[in-house]
Amino acid sequence: MHAAQLLRSSAFRVALVYAVLFGASVLLLFGFIYWSTAGFMRQQSDATIEAEIAGLAERYRSDGLNGLTALIEQRLSRAPEGPSIYLFAGPDRRPIVGNLDRWPAAEPDAEGWIDFRLGESTRPQGESVRMARAKVFRLAGGFNLLVGRDMQELEAIEARIVRTLIWGVGMTALLALAGGVAVSYGVGRRLGSINVAIDEIMKGRLSRRLPTRDSGDELDLLVGNVNRMLTNIEAAMDDVRRVSDNIAHDLRTPLTRLRNRLELVRGATAPDNEEAVADAIHEADRLLQTFNALLRIARVESRNRTDGFRDVEIASLLADVADLYGPVAEARGQRLEVSVQSAPVIVADADLLFQALANLLDNAVKYVPRGGRIKLSLATDAATATIVVEDDGPGIPEALRGKALRRFWRLDDSRSSPGSGLGLSLVAAVARLHDAELLLEDAAPGLRVLLRLPAGA
Amino acid sequence: MRILVIEDDREMLAYIAKGLRESGHVVDEASDGKDGLFLVLEGKYDVVVVDRMLPGRDGVSIVQTMRSSDNRTPVLILSALGEVDDRVEGLRKGADDYLTKPFAFSELLARIEALARRSDAEAITTTLRVGDLEMNLLARTVVRAGQTIDVQPREFRLLEYLMRHSGQVVTRTMLLEKVWDYHFDPQTNVIDVHISRLRRKIDRDFPEPLLQTVRGMGYVMRPPDKEGS
Repeated sequence: MHAAQLLRSSAFRVALVYAVLFGASVLLLFGFIYWSTAGFMRQQSDATIEAEIAGLAERYRSDGLNGLTALIEQRLSRAPEGPSIYLFAGPDRRPIVGNLDRWPAAEPDAEGWIDFRLGESTRPQGESVRMARAKVFRLAGGFNLLVGRDMQELEAIEARIVRTLIWGVGMTALLALAGGVAVSYGVGRRLGSINVAIDEIMKGRLSRRLPTRDSGDELDLLVGNVNRMLTNIEAAMDDVRRVSDNIAHDLRTPLTRLRNRLELVRGATAPDNEEAVADAIHEADRLLQTFNALLRIARVESRNRTDGFRDVEIASLLADVADLYGPVAEARGQRLEVSVQSAPVIVADADLLFQALANLLDNAVKYVPRGGRIKLSLATDAATATIVVEDDGPGIPEALRGKALRRFWRLDDSRSSPGSGLGLSLVAAVARLHDAELLLEDAAPGLRVLLRLPAGA
Repeated sequence: MRILVIEDDREMLAYIAKGLRESGHVVDEASDGKDGLFLVLEGKYDVVVVDRMLPGRDGVSIVQTMRSSDNRTPVLILSALGEVDDRVEGLRKGADDYLTKPFAFSELLARIEALARRSDAEAITTTLRVGDLEMNLLARTVVRAGQTIDVQPREFRLLEYLMRHSGQVVTRTMLLEKVWDYHFDPQTNVIDVHISRLRRKIDRDFPEPLLQTVRGMGYVMRPPDKEGS
């Protein structure tokens, strides 16, 4: 399946929408995870700071200034590179003891919390700007105490969480997309094979059925239903065909008898009546011709392929049919041109092919006006031999071309022109028997009929 | 002419026999394959008409038996099937002509008469003559009243067939089958156009027409001064 086809496939679109929705929910979920973990860590850190301040204040109250400084120094020496920040300053905020070289300029909030940049002087130069969070506490005697924490570690953890979550979202989206592609590819392939089968059915192979996988899924159920429907349609069409064939068959015999009796009568009637009898015979012949055409179509349609097939030189067959119809066209003031460049031999039923071409030329001769041109040509490539009958007559309007192959269909609904309306139906039946493609095209102006025979037919 | 008709459908048999007798032929009837073959092998018929499907023995096997015992009597097979393959098979097994039921009696009659003629015209001839029209089969020339007539190859074959069967009615279907070698049904009377072209060449500039139309049946070629025409 190509990329463009994939994008158009509805299964893929559904998968895409699903991936987007799924990604959005994962994003929401991860947002909540981030908010609860990172928030919890900040809370923990704040609680530790408050506990420490409470402890230091307690020591100040009991042991005074010296006790407090000793405790701070002790804590600093225990973990000199630790994340804890202490600063004990005088009433003028001048540092007395601590690992911060000066009191931060930022103003604390109502509860005494303060967020500030860690001084460029306390930490080694060149490090990125680090944030700290501290709480300020005013001691008796105007002394100021600040206890805080270097937030670098926490921020690093937070950053890691964010990174992990972003990767998670990305991977989820990717997996959802890949899954969607895989699912839609699978579905697309099944739909593709179903479409191929439908195409064949529409070309006339009504006995063909859509492929199933016997998996019992919805698609299989649908395909099963369509197949049953096709069986019913096929049976109904067979019935219709059988009825019309039976009518043709049953009427043909009495009609022949009638015709034969007229023929026997003709010699014995008065000359005045002879004309009338001859007309009646002619009329009976036309009816018989119609019935014969119907039956011939039925036989061609029910025939086994390759029965009676033999090697046919298409070029000489075209020459023969042109030989037959050239003078007919000439008599009507038309020109019949034949252009054959190659001489392929294909396996076919020569009589039926000849019949098909005769029907096409019959039509062309009938509809092309005086002075018109009819062209019979043959084009071959490796896989096909295409016989083309082209004229510059009135053609068949595009909307009606599909109907043209139906039985009894005629361009003029009046049915005033001679012919049974079965000519093209027989051509279509012959084409189907030969696995050939029959195309009606606009020759602008006129009609172009292509009969594309498989070279191996 | 003495004709044997082998046909199991009584009504059809009676109809064919009656028609042939009215046309002046002597007809023997057989209604199954065994009787038919027995009569055939007596070898006294000019033409045998045999149904494809018969009780006892089918038409094609009768033809085969005839040919293997060197009986050359022309055979026309009648068939209700009308499948091209049957036709091909019947002709391959030795039948001379094949006609699908239902048929016009005139078609059957014309074919029977053509078959009878063929058996005695089979002798190698190099010239055909109808009235003052002369055809040389070796030089492939056509001359009427000393005047050379230029004809196309297909017209030559058409004229040859008509001349070989001069005096007999030849149907359009027969002409299509024998001159074009394809078994098919034209929707229009294409053959009429070819006949009229041929007429322009051989008849138009001469006082007596040789090629005549028989309404509802076909064409006949006959010399103008022949009595009873």
